[in-house]
Amino acid sequence: MTTLLIKGGHVIDPANNIDAVANVFISDGKIVSVGDKAPKATETIEAKGLVVCPGLIDMHVHLREPGKEEEETIASGSAAAIAGGFTSVAAMPNTEPACDSEAQVEFTILQGRRAALANVFPIGAVSKGRKGEELAEIGQMVRGGAVAFSDDGAPVHNAALMRLALQYAAMFDRCVIQHSEDPNLFGCGCMHEGRVSMELGLEGIPAAAEESMIARDVILAKSTGGHLHAAHISTRGSAAQVRAGKASGVRVTAEVTPHHFTLTDDRVRSYDPVYKMNPPLREGPDVQAMIEALRDGTIDVIASDHAPHATEEKELEFGEAPFGVIGLETMIGLVITFLVEPGHITLARAIETMTINPAKILRLAKGTLSPGADADVTLFDPKKTWTVTAANFKSRSRNCPFEGWKLKGRPETVVVGGRVLSCR
Amino acid sequence: MPRTPATAAASKPAASSSPAWSSRHLLGLQELSADEIRLILRQAEAYRELATSNAKKSALLKGRLVVTMFVEPSTRTKVSFNLAARRLGADTLDFAAGSSSLSKGETLVDTALNIEAMAIDILVVRHPASGSPESLTRQVKSAVVNAGDGAHEHPTQGLLDVDTILAHKGKVEGLRVGIVGDILHSRVARSNIWALTKLGAEVWVCGPSTLIPAELQEFGVKISHDFDDLLPKLDVVNILRIQLERIKGPPMFPSIREYARLFGLNGARLKTAKKDILVMHPGPLNRGVEITPDVADGPRSVILDQVAHGLAVRMAVLHRAAGFAPFATGDSPAEARSAKAGGPQ
Repeated sequence: MTTLLIKGGHVIDPANNIDAVANVFISDGKIVSVGDKAPKATETIEAKGLVVCPGLIDMHVHLREPGKEEEETIASGSAAAIAGGFTSVAAMPNTEPACDSEAQVEFTILQGRRAALANVFPIGAVSKGRKGEELAEIGQMVRGGAVAFSDDGAPVHNAALMRLALQYAAMFDRCVIQHSEDPNLFGCGCMHEGRVSMELGLEGIPAAAEESMIARDVILAKSTGGHLHAAHISTRGSAAQVRAGKASGVRVTAEVTPHHFTLTDDRVRSYDPVYKMNPPLREGPDVQAMIEALRDGTIDVIASDHAPHATEEKELEFGEAPFGVIGLETMIGLVITFLVEPGHITLARAIETMTINPAKILRLAKGTLSPGADADVTLFDPKKTWTVTAANFKSRSRNCPFEGWKLKGRPETVVVGGRVLSCR
Repeated sequence: MPRTPATAAASKPAASSSPAWSSRHLLGLQELSADEIRLILRQAEAYRELATSNAKKSALLKGRLVVTMFVEPSTRTKVSFNLAARRLGADTLDFAAGSSSLSKGETLVDTALNIEAMAIDILVVRHPASGSPESLTRQVKSAVVNAGDGAHEHPTQGLLDVDTILAHKGKVEGLRVGIVGDILHSRVARSNIWALTKLGAEVWVCGPSTLIPAELQEFGVKISHDFDDLLPKLDVVNILRIQLERIKGPPMFPSIREYARLFGLNGARLKTAKKDILVMHPGPLNRGVEITPDVADGPRSVILDQVAHGLAVRMAVLHRAAGFAPFATGDSPAEARSAKAGGPQ
């Protein structure tokens, strides 16, 4: 019998309100106990000075397989997850072809198991081929292992289809993750619409494109009783819509990406497409609103929206380059440096947004160190300072907007189902 | 290899009082100081005679290669840059890129690097994508001159518009200048706004509310949607071309007819203006849409003057791009030539 003792670390398990120096004992891939006891184990990790928390979950990544394996594969994306301190990722279905069937869902799981690094959970498409026309076989995909449904990369634009999706997915106790964007308002935009887009002469994306879609979906979630998860919200108005929805009892949850609480549209002045993402970088008050929404619980989850793109594509003109940045390998550092260090949120709250909260939204029996839970654990050094060097990333892509940044907080070791893996 | 800015600038010993250029590139007027705009205009003044004559030619840029790379249709700007380069004695090459470098699967940077491998000194670029000249400066060693990038800037147009105003009004400061039309999609408007506000003009923008974002107020301009109310107050009116090709999605105003009714400059409307108003237009004209022929060809129009001023301004900009120091007061192109002869070439 394999046993593992993680000794003397600062254990933070928000699901169980644990925030103390303790030992974590693991046996046969399950958590046995958290406490003062130090049972004899076949393997021991000295965790003094490290934070020991439930394995981090990034519920929004793009792994590009099948279709764009030159940008990322399920194996390379899993390696990036481990390097970033994540034991689980949820893969968005905007692959080529789209992940819209039981077979595709099972393929994603199979490739994840072959890579044998992080747990890879598939998110199935809401609509067949992600075309936004008719429901995909959601029930079949649930049977295959899909943890949620989304047409991410594109919105479910048709209100009638969105209503059906919320109703239908609720039958299987799954949420619908919406990429909140009105395509007509979005138009041909490539950056946030505002003073900077006006100066630069770049086509703007109004905040209303995101906010009006969230407003509509909150109403649909309310009337259907379905669970709406608003992916990557980015504006003051979106935070207000989610806050109001929660206050009136709607089943709505929301996530934010690290780039939306660290960067503003000022960055686009360089015309460098490494700052082109969707939703676009917004204004200073929006960044403040994201931080406030994390603090008051309006936003439940921090997720990377890890979106690998080939270097040659990101070297096109700003308007032509694809949207998206990679994020798995910088997330812990950005969260600690920009949220925890300045005192915006506690470390426990930060961990909550990357463990138990995404686990609940995806209906996973993870994100906690409760006895009997899967032995997924992340160990990171909250004081260690390091410099972002994308060339060293495990991801196949290099479209990282944080190159050269000095960050505090570095993942050291993860345990996935009882198996110890180094983050380097 | 192209000459580096440092070498070229060092080739002329700078007089102690001689102001220096901030850069060899000209990407936009937003980043230029009022002093540097004035300096370029003084340089243009020095080239005025040379610009208007086919008889004389400077040898300042002898042996230098100026490439015009226009990835978007243009007539007058390309001709103007070519002529300006030739009157300064440069060799010119027109790189006829297709409608877009992307259509051939090559990035703009690849294209530019390929051209640069032929050792060019100055790259004059027009491109439909905002920011592409700036991106090029990070990749190529040549001086880059922006000849219009998307909806961002058209700096030589802004300079020649100011130059035209100066020639007719003797000053810019304190003048009330109206820019009328599609401000949202206009690079000419942006370059004019930066130059005119820096030089102390009171700038008004006027047009349909869908083409004039409220953020423009932060640029230091005033907004009007009532041309009839604004026109009598103006010293200068710059009429922009309606660029239907830049409007994607549903049309941003109901019809050309309604636009002409609300914002077109016609003879009847012009009667309400000050007697000495200047009527400007960057061209090409949509006669009968934003401006009627009687106004475009009438006594208040300085539209063809603008074209002439463009030549001198572009000579000044090429002078700057080649890395030569500005002429000190009293300098002439001839003196600059002798100064250049002493430099390492």
